[in-house]
Amino acid sequence: MALSTEDIRDIAKLAKLQINEDELDRYKQELSRILEFVEQMNQADVENIEPMAHPQDMIQPLRVDEITETNLREKFQCIAPATQDGLYLVPKVIE
Amino acid sequence: MHKLTVAQQAKALAAKEFSSEELVNHYIQRIESHDEQLNSFVTFTPEQAIENAKQADVRGKQGGILNGIPIALKDIFCTDGVKTSCASRMLDNFIAPYDAAVVTKLNQAGAVSLGKTNMDEFAMGSSSESSFYGVVKNPWDTERVPGGSSGGSAAAVAARLAPASMGTDTGGSIRQPAAFCGITGLKPTYGRVSRYGMIAYASSLDQGGSFGITSEDCAYMLQAIAGHDARDSTSVDQPVPDYVAGLNRSIKGLRIGLPEEFFQEGLDAGIAEKIQQACDVLKSLGCEIKPISLPNAKLAIAAYYVIAPAECSSNLSRFDGVRYGYRCENPKGLEDMYLRSRSEGLGEEVKRRIMVGAYALSAGYYDAYYLKAQKIRRLISEDYRAAFNQVDAVLSPTTPTTAFKVNEKSNDPITMYLSDIYTIGVNLAGLPGISLPVGFQQNLPVGMQLVSNYFEEQTLLNLGHQYQQQTDHHLQMPKEFE
Amino acid sequence: MEWEVVIGLEIHTQLNTKTKIFSAAATAYGADPNTQACAVDLGLPGVLPVLNKEAVAKAAMFGLAVDATINDGSVFDRKNYFYPDLPKGYQISQLAIPIVEHGKLEIALEDGSTKVVGITRAHLEEDAGKSLHEDFDGMTGIDLNRAGTPLIEIVSEPEMSSAKEAVAYMKKIHSIVQYLGICDGNMQEGSFRCDANVSVRRKGEMELGTRTETKNLNSFRFVERAINYEIERQIDVIESGGRVVQETRLYDADDDSTRTMRTKEEANDYRYFPDPDLLPVKLDADLLVQLQEQLPELPDVKQKRFCNQYGLNNDDAEQISASRDMADYFEQVVKYANGEAKMAVNWVSGELSGALNQNNLEIGQTQVSAERLAQLISRISDNTISGKIAKEVFQAMWSSDKTADQVIEEKGLQQILDIGELEAIVDKVVGENPKQAEQYLSGKDKVFGFFVGKVMQITKGKANPAQVNELLKSKLV
Repeated sequence: MALSTEDIRDIAKLAKLQINEDELDRYKQELSRILEFVEQMNQADVENIEPMAHPQDMIQPLRVDEITETNLREKFQCIAPATQDGLYLVPKVIE
Repeated sequence: MHKLTVAQQAKALAAKEFSSEELVNHYIQRIESHDEQLNSFVTFTPEQAIENAKQADVRGKQGGILNGIPIALKDIFCTDGVKTSCASRMLDNFIAPYDAAVVTKLNQAGAVSLGKTNMDEFAMGSSSESSFYGVVKNPWDTERVPGGSSGGSAAAVAARLAPASMGTDTGGSIRQPAAFCGITGLKPTYGRVSRYGMIAYASSLDQGGSFGITSEDCAYMLQAIAGHDARDSTSVDQPVPDYVAGLNRSIKGLRIGLPEEFFQEGLDAGIAEKIQQACDVLKSLGCEIKPISLPNAKLAIAAYYVIAPAECSSNLSRFDGVRYGYRCENPKGLEDMYLRSRSEGLGEEVKRRIMVGAYALSAGYYDAYYLKAQKIRRLISEDYRAAFNQVDAVLSPTTPTTAFKVNEKSNDPITMYLSDIYTIGVNLAGLPGISLPVGFQQNLPVGMQLVSNYFEEQTLLNLGHQYQQQTDHHLQMPKEFE
Repeated sequence: MEWEVVIGLEIHTQLNTKTKIFSAAATAYGADPNTQACAVDLGLPGVLPVLNKEAVAKAAMFGLAVDATINDGSVFDRKNYFYPDLPKGYQISQLAIPIVEHGKLEIALEDGSTKVVGITRAHLEEDAGKSLHEDFDGMTGIDLNRAGTPLIEIVSEPEMSSAKEAVAYMKKIHSIVQYLGICDGNMQEGSFRCDANVSVRRKGEMELGTRTETKNLNSFRFVERAINYEIERQIDVIESGGRVVQETRLYDADDDSTRTMRTKEEANDYRYFPDPDLLPVKLDADLLVQLQEQLPELPDVKQKRFCNQYGLNNDDAEQISASRDMADYFEQVVKYANGEAKMAVNWVSGELSGALNQNNLEIGQTQVSAERLAQLISRISDNTISGKIAKEVFQAMWSSDKTADQVIEEKGLQQILDIGELEAIVDKVVGENPKQAEQYLSGKDKVFGFFVGKVMQITKGKANPAQVNELLKSKLV
């Protein structure tokens, strides 16, 4: 699958990555090559094969609804880039 | 002291031949004098190590299976109060506020951490060249890579800067560096070891495991880290056998399969020869060697490079500069903060995989890439299932070549990906695998991989131990580091 | 031109579990920012989700209440998008296999007929945190206490054809989730909120019109207004030759209008895929049986029973059974008030509801217990007091913990039993005391008190003093 420059821009936007103009071409080529490589998968006949999401055929364990977590805000926020009054701060969100 | 294995050190500590403090001090000195050549540690915690060694000495016989034994941890395991970077600029300032399950278990077993080891950024790589903290070197030849992604943990044990270490394996990240560095590396069954606190790369493939000089040492480590953890929904609630006790069982009559697909083009002739010799040793111990087939094995890398990037593209979304980690200088707005924090904080290979993954999951491409990869994953898994109806273990080289040179493959992602051809299918299926040193090819170590059925780690450790009773490849160490 | 309106609702219902859906942190509303956001809720590197059993049970219970299929083996998916109040960069939700599918609900229409609305699905997911847009030096504050609160998103079929129907449906769901005890229903706190999908088409057209989705409507009034605004707007667009654009819109309560939030082109590609950290959810048969047994009497059934058992009319029965707590309270009142159902219904939905609303209280926080209200009603029915006086007594009861009898006693509000009876007593007292009558008539006003005292003695205080005065004055001439 050969990707276009536009594809790269779209993917970067989805992934919230900034790809500079001078990098676009390199990404286009590398990603196209990788996609081309993984298309080997088309050799396999996968009709009627159940997709496998987990290595183990297990079911979800369920947790009892009891509060065991305590307030560790100070510990968690001392590693945060910006906080005030117990809130995490980010540049203004405009809806 | 550093030539002793974990098992030997444990006995010596018990017999009070030396104290843990002395042992730990010895390794601290070795790291201080030798690691500059290797760059295997990213965070070195000597004061804490000595403090913990003293406590281990006080515990004495009351301590756990690894009481007083120094170890190193891949910098992917969260350690409370210690920087946990995943070798990324993104987490260069991240002091983990909690312990990973594996770290808690190792502490309970009495192990003493020397520090955190270097790796490929976020475990994405096969050479340990993509670290924000620089390339890790192979102790056997410092112009060569130690393999990856757990390259720092492997190099440290190979150079005897730690007697054992912890790594993680998503597509071969324990077994391949173990092979390149001439040591033993065990990737347990998916679900055998809790993933809680292990920074996720590809959640359905990641599994923590260990490096040691011997198979016996890997048994000691697994004994400490294995077991159910309610905080990891994919952790399996199964009893943990006595791995150490199982080492001395006879391996007579065990059936070993050689997948024909793994002995074809692309395999170095010298490596093939070493593998043949190792087979002969196993045969002499009563194992039955027979050919098998893993017909879909050739598709493993392709499926892997869809599934792993897809999961990683989502797993690494949490690195957004909001709650922890890197935030760019003076963001102009929210979008600018996201874009620049992530682009400046994450390295090339990581970004590449995130992009591939985002694409493979995007509208219109999901079926052609992600869903197809999950179906191929089933085919590969079924191949192994069929194989284990005939044999007890599957044997192959761990890697198609010995350690390659620094920068040799770093500009060519696909060639790099291909170095995991023998290991990747094991992760897709979730099976346990071990890499054992089986000799040298032009002075570089060669590794052999054994794979067993789910939760049959003891078969691998048993085979490894019996093989190592007959050989001394695993005891070789690089001259510069003696 | 006649228009047809097609409406579907997505209702986000917070489940009232003690802990988050994937962590053991508390869900209580109103805590200090980020004090209930644990490592899992913050999406710290390395943490993993573990599913809350109670959230699963509550979702399944909803499914049972709307005659839905409970899927055995529902799957959690990741919905990937970036937003500061979404800590992991993805929301854990259910796409392909939700826990609940194919339900239905009967609603009553204004003309008295009923209509069945299909429930496409109800899936489990985690709530996001909150962005606080007050100014922090030009920054936005993020509180992640709400992040990870369990939600079920209840998706209806696009089968409603007016804002009124949509509100009736939403009210019914609101009533059911509270009946089941799975949601506190508090719309102001955001426990129950809704997105409305609206489209219009010319009558007789087969194809559906282009729809818009209006987000985050957190009151019944807003739902009704936003839908009506949207219907008008879409019709205007089409009638003036334009085309409705598929987009997400926001309702602005201040000027009662909706505005574009993002268009289809700007819409996120969420890249859903099964969450590898979570496994398929199986519900063991025992749990389902247990839930079925726990299922309470639902509003519809209760309404019918109230008509039959207490002789209520349909409107009264519907109103009183809309809330389970209210209905329970009502039945208590009836029990203590010896079956005075009609009066009980009037008092519960009249004075009591008025007082609750005025003080912003729920029925559970009432100042007047069912037993106390029942006594008041009994005093009306035994003619101790009039209905009018009773309202005065109620107000006094509301602001104290006195019983109706205490208030009546203290304020002397009890009625004279019979005016003729009182007159007879007065005649008797005047007739039996001619000497005092003479004294009074000769100007000794103080003697009047003697007569009042005598009358009160005989009536044991139950006579109205004003009436006694009046009667005495008319007799002592």
